[in-house]
Parts: sequence; structure tokens; C-alpha cells
Amino acid sequence: MNANRYIARAADVAARMIGGEMMIMSGADSSLYSLNETASILWQAADGVTPLAQIVERHICADYAVDPATALRDAEELAQDLARHGILLLADAPVPDATLRDTVPPARESP
Amino acid sequence: MTAAAARSRTDICIGDITVAVHSSNAAFLQLLEDRYAGFLQHAAAPDYQFEVELTPPSEGSPDDDVSVYRRNGRWLLERGDFRAEWDPAARQGRIRQSANPYSIDSMLRIVHTLVLAREGGFLMHAASAVRNGRAFVFAGVSGAGKTTLARLAPADADVLSDEISYVRKEAGGYYAYGTPFAGELARSGENLRAPLEAIYLLAQGAENRVETMGKADAARGILANILFFAEDVEMVQAVFLSALELVERVPVRRLTFLPDIRIWELIH
Repeated sequence: MNANRYIARAADVAARMIGGEMMIMSGADSSLYSLNETASILWQAADGVTPLAQIVERHICADYAVDPATALRDAEELAQDLARHGILLLADAPVPDATLRDTVPPARESP
Repeated sequence: MTAAAARSRTDICIGDITVAVHSSNAAFLQLLEDRYAGFLQHAAAPDYQFEVELTPPSEGSPDDDVSVYRRNGRWLLERGDFRAEWDPAARQGRIRQSANPYSIDSMLRIVHTLVLAREGGFLMHAASAVRNGRAFVFAGVSGAGKTTLARLAPADADVLSDEISYVRKEAGGYYAYGTPFAGELARSGENLRAPLEAIYLLAQGAENRVETMGKADAARGILANILFFAEDVEMVQAVFLSALELVERVPVRRLTFLPDIRIWELIH
């Protein structure tokens, strides 16, 4: 397992937290996804430049009673699954452009 | 000579958006005037204009899948029975079809979904009605009971549609409009507008019951009933975010019902 992997949100999806669930729609094929708590954590932290191991350490191990090696392995499997669905990018190098993507835009005001 | 024959266009106003349909064929315009009676409103400056090129009736099938995509700023709308191009910036388009009301009906639905997507509104698989000045939308797939619910509407309710409901986001909130897009009722809705009070997701069951829904379940239910045809990443994203905004702002409830007029006692 490569500990220096990076995750970034795919560009052609829209996402928003609603009712405690992170819902994501693929703009390419209109598929709808709903992420569980752990997947939501990864998704929200997927800035393309923070190593996955660091995300797991900061956001999962710090809040859940799980050993780092197991948490990282589970996170990588989860990231691979999300990547297979085309809603997350999994890379061996940073994806700096991902930090510019705002796939979770703030609520819009009424006109 | 009919009024349609004297003119070269028919203005169809749905959801306060007027589409002027131009044709040199008076009989075709009369066909449209019959089809959209109740939704005809001459506009000095229509919102959009379409030129119709009529083809022989043997071309293509309305049962084919529809394809809607954008190329060089123009929308291309294609199905077996019609082909249309629409330039939203110029507010003009063309449709090539035979002299039938069904092809242009589909084109109008698609154009309205694209216009509404830009402003946070939708066409939905839903019946809708106005009662006491407030609009209620009843969303569900085919067979869920939309037409049944519309048929059971009490005398003091105005049915906006039994099949395709029209929701616009406006300055004061969301509004539902009547549409001529009918289902089994085979009757256009009332051409009315009212503030949207609530959306009910239909389910048939052994008793009449209204249940509150979590926001995520409500969002899934709403998204499953939005009509949207375009293969376009930006627009799909916009519709998704708009649907979630609707769920945040308008109550969405699950309505289980018998085919029984008492169901309307639960609608408020």
C-alpha cells in the first residue's frame, strides 16, 4: 500500500450535505450517491494536496478508536471504490488544482 | 378563416414563459391552438421563438429516446419524430417535425426544463392542485396515483396538472403553475399560479397517512421525479443543487393513500 496517496474530488460532480448525509451527483450521468460518515469525512478532506494518510490520522484516527494502519487500509479501499464510481480521484502525487474546486457551494440566497 | 390562419404564429404561455411558434401552415397552428387552449396568450415580445419546418408524417418515431445536448452555445434536441435547435442567447430556435402536436409538446417540455434549470425551477412527474390559494404538488412515478389524486380533488381545488407539474423559483419563494401537459386525465390543467405550500411523495397503501420525511430521503424522492433530459454536466449539477435547495425550503412529506376522497382531508 502506498502511504503517500492523494485524493481529490472529481470536477464533474456536485455535492452537498443535507439531513446529515453527503449527497453527490455525477454531472456526467446523473448518478446519485449518498456517502456514509467515514466516506463523507474523506470527501470533505479530499483537497488533492493532503496525503491520504494524513487525512486519516487527522480526521479519522483522532475521532474514532481505530488503529492507524487499519484505518488507512479501509480509507484506501473506500477511496478506490469512490474512484471507481468517478466521484473521487486517487493519485500517487498531489492534485493541486483540486483545491480550487468548489463542489460544495454555499447555500444560495433567494433573488 | 380562423384566427390562426390569419396569423403566422401561435403564442403558448406556460409558467409565465411565452414561446411563439411560427409556421406558414395555418392548419398546424390551428392544431396547436386546439391543443394548448387555455395556455394561449399573445405576447408583444415572446420570451422565445421557434420556427416550425413541417416534414412528411412518415419520418421517425416518438418512441425513440430523446437526446438533448449543447454544442457551440446551441441546444440540440433530437428524437425520432423531431429535430430542434435552440439558441438560448438569441432566444430563437427551429424544429423540424411532422404536423402533429406531440413532437412540439415534447420540445416545449424540454425547453422549459432548460429554462427552469437556470433559475432553480423544475418540471416534475407530479400532479398538482391549488386549494385556498396555496399549491400542493404530488410527485410519483407512473402508477403512483397522480391521476387518481387529481380525480379525487374536491370541488374547491383547481387541478394544475395530473401528470407534469411546473415549479418556479421566484423572489417570494417557490410557485406552482398549471400546465397543459396531461396524463390519463387527458385534460389540461388550470392556467393558474400559486405559492407552493408542500410537496407530497406518493405511495399507495392500506390507509391514508401523511408522514414527515428526513431531508435526505426527501431529496432522493424529489430528484427521482424531476424531468431533465439534457446531457450536460453543468446543468445536471445545477438541477441537483436546486433540488436540494427546494427540499431545504419547502416541506416534503410522504403521502400514503387509498383511492378515497378523504385523502384530501390530510392535505394542508
